Amino acid sequence: MTRGEKKQLRSGLAFTSLWIIGLGAFTAYPVIASLYYSFCDYSILKGPVWSGVENYQQLVQDGLFWKSLRNTLFYAGLSVPLGTAVALGLAVLLNCEVRGKSAFRLLFFMPSIVPVVASAMLWLWIFNGEYGLMNGILNPLLAPFGLHGPAWLADPAWSKPALIIMSVWGTGNAMVIYLAGLQNVPAELYEAAEIDGASAWQRFIHVTLPVIAPVVAFNAIMALIGAMQLFAQAYIMSEGANGNGNASDGNPARSTLFYTIYLFTTAFQDLRMGYASAMAYVLFIITAGLTWLAARLSRGRNEDAI
Amino acid sequence: MSSERRSRTSRVVIYSLLILFSAAFLAPFVWLVSTSLKPIEQTLSLPVSFIPKAFFAPINGKRTEVTLDFPVTQSGAVVRVLTGDDAGKQQYVDDARLAARPGEYAVIHTVAPGSWHVSQRLEHELGAIGPAPDWDIVTKAQIESHVKFRWDNYPKALASLGGGNQPGREKVSFWTYLGNSLTVAILGVLGTVISNAIIAYGFARLKWKGRDAFFAVTLATMMVPFPVLMVPLYGVFKAFGMIGTLLPLWLPAWFGSAFNIFLMRQFFRTIPEELSEAARIDGCSEWRIFWRIIIPLSTPVLVVVALFHFIFAWNDFLAPLLYLTRKDTYTLALALQSYQSQNGGVQWHYLMAASAVTILPVIVLFLFAQKTFIRGIATTGSKS
Repeated sequence: MTRGEKKQLRSGLAFTSLWIIGLGAFTAYPVIASLYYSFCDYSILKGPVWSGVENYQQLVQDGLFWKSLRNTLFYAGLSVPLGTAVALGLAVLLNCEVRGKSAFRLLFFMPSIVPVVASAMLWLWIFNGEYGLMNGILNPLLAPFGLHGPAWLADPAWSKPALIIMSVWGTGNAMVIYLAGLQNVPAELYEAAEIDGASAWQRFIHVTLPVIAPVVAFNAIMALIGAMQLFAQAYIMSEGANGNGNASDGNPARSTLFYTIYLFTTAFQDLRMGYASAMAYVLFIITAGLTWLAARLSRGRNEDAI
Repeated sequence: MSSERRSRTSRVVIYSLLILFSAAFLAPFVWLVSTSLKPIEQTLSLPVSFIPKAFFAPINGKRTEVTLDFPVTQSGAVVRVLTGDDAGKQQYVDDARLAARPGEYAVIHTVAPGSWHVSQRLEHELGAIGPAPDWDIVTKAQIESHVKFRWDNYPKALASLGGGNQPGREKVSFWTYLGNSLTVAILGVLGTVISNAIIAYGFARLKWKGRDAFFAVTLATMMVPFPVLMVPLYGVFKAFGMIGTLLPLWLPAWFGSAFNIFLMRQFFRTIPEELSEAARIDGCSEWRIFWRIIIPLSTPVLVVVALFHFIFAWNDFLAPLLYLTRKDTYTLALALQSYQSQNGGVQWHYLMAASAVTILPVIVLFLFAQKTFIRGIATTGSKS
């Protein structure tokens, strides 16, 4: 290494020194420690004791682990496609040179920056079975059929759908991204399609979708990764609606016991941190797989763009 | 069909859909604000209504603000009891009872079916015992109502957020929560902007051995889910005695984060290299180039990063839940959840008022910096 190179290396390391500390202390160490703990019997009160693959073996036989995974997949599997469809639909509508476009965009986007605690309170109230807005609207519509709205968050069959409906309200973030993507579709393509006599639907399928698909796929997978880590809304609303003083049971009937909630309870209430770390690593592997997929899709997109 | 007519139909469809979705997206906000301005009994009445109201009716001939208690289905009378334990009290009796015991009651006025039992509206805190309200039974026509926003719900909600009106509870002022939230958000924003700008300069504008490999590792850390870090991070902060303080919530922001490094690096790379070269020939140090040339040209990205972090810190729930133990260190978000979980779901008007106050700073910030926001989100979502 020449003197010049050494000097460059020194200033490079100097500028990134904060990150070297941050990466080490707040990411690298926890990632490695977590892996080690996952092979240990560990509570924060007592040091970790090596136990081999026992945690992972237990995990496979743990009914609550599978329950939480199923709940999470149900939530993610419905909220992400639904949110993506609404976001894309709204973006397409706003891309039609409508009046007041920025006002609409503002309105659709706003819910996505509302603090999660506040939106959880709001939706807890909306989904209140007796006096909530949702049943206030539904009941008069259902009455002619002799039906009435469910108890939502207090009903095991409806608690997850309630959380999914709430998640669609927060889809504005994706809409903004899709709208930006749509504006990159060259106008000539539409003009050419129109001259060829393509209908609006045909133009959407054959012109818009191919251009926007990689962006949608990438963001949908990112949303999926986020949905797999669902915590705050479920934690707050599960307790709020079923009020038994213990937020972490996933009430009613464990229908809102999501993966991260089970992990959190295991680690910080049962103090089984080794077991929780094993759960964390399973999540890590699922997330890594999804990220790999997203990276592949976005590479595909860059090639398309050329 | 002519193409003009077809396009007119399609515009109708587009606007109808937009208006429908707007209503759906707006309704929760309206419901939030309207509930926060209602008196408690109007939050617990059917059919649901978006409009907070005040009702007035004559009680003993005097116009009084009232609550509508229940409709009276049978005809009868409001009477004064003349004999027995209840002597002197005002009661409602139906016609049958009145006919059966004529000597016991002095009729004040008769009541037709379809009338309403109303009582004087008194402001009680939940569980407090006050004077018994006056009441009467009036015809529907005698009840007048108009829109009334109860802005005083807000100070009351904020007081009860800190346990203000519950005897025997630890009392923390709303301002303490606000101060904690602002501390975490502002120190976090400062740390995020300063540290990530310095770090990103190292990645974007300097050439050194191992830089690209290090940057690849940096990007890879973005995919690590927070739950994976949770347990060991708790251990780290515990080892440093930081559990129960605000430090774990803002200190990490001073040591960079992969996403912001990435965002700033992208921006720094668009600044022409010639500017730096010229300064280097003049003998400027790298620090001086960074501080005097790059930073002044980078306001847009600095603002985006600052805004994103403010919102993130203000909204965060999991980290405060994890690290904060004492009530006087709670952030506003955590205080709101703790208020809800301790008081159950009864005082919806206060809960909505407190939620509105928690939302307000983010919305105001967003309205002021809309364009920056939208541009920031559009870039983060479409570059990879």
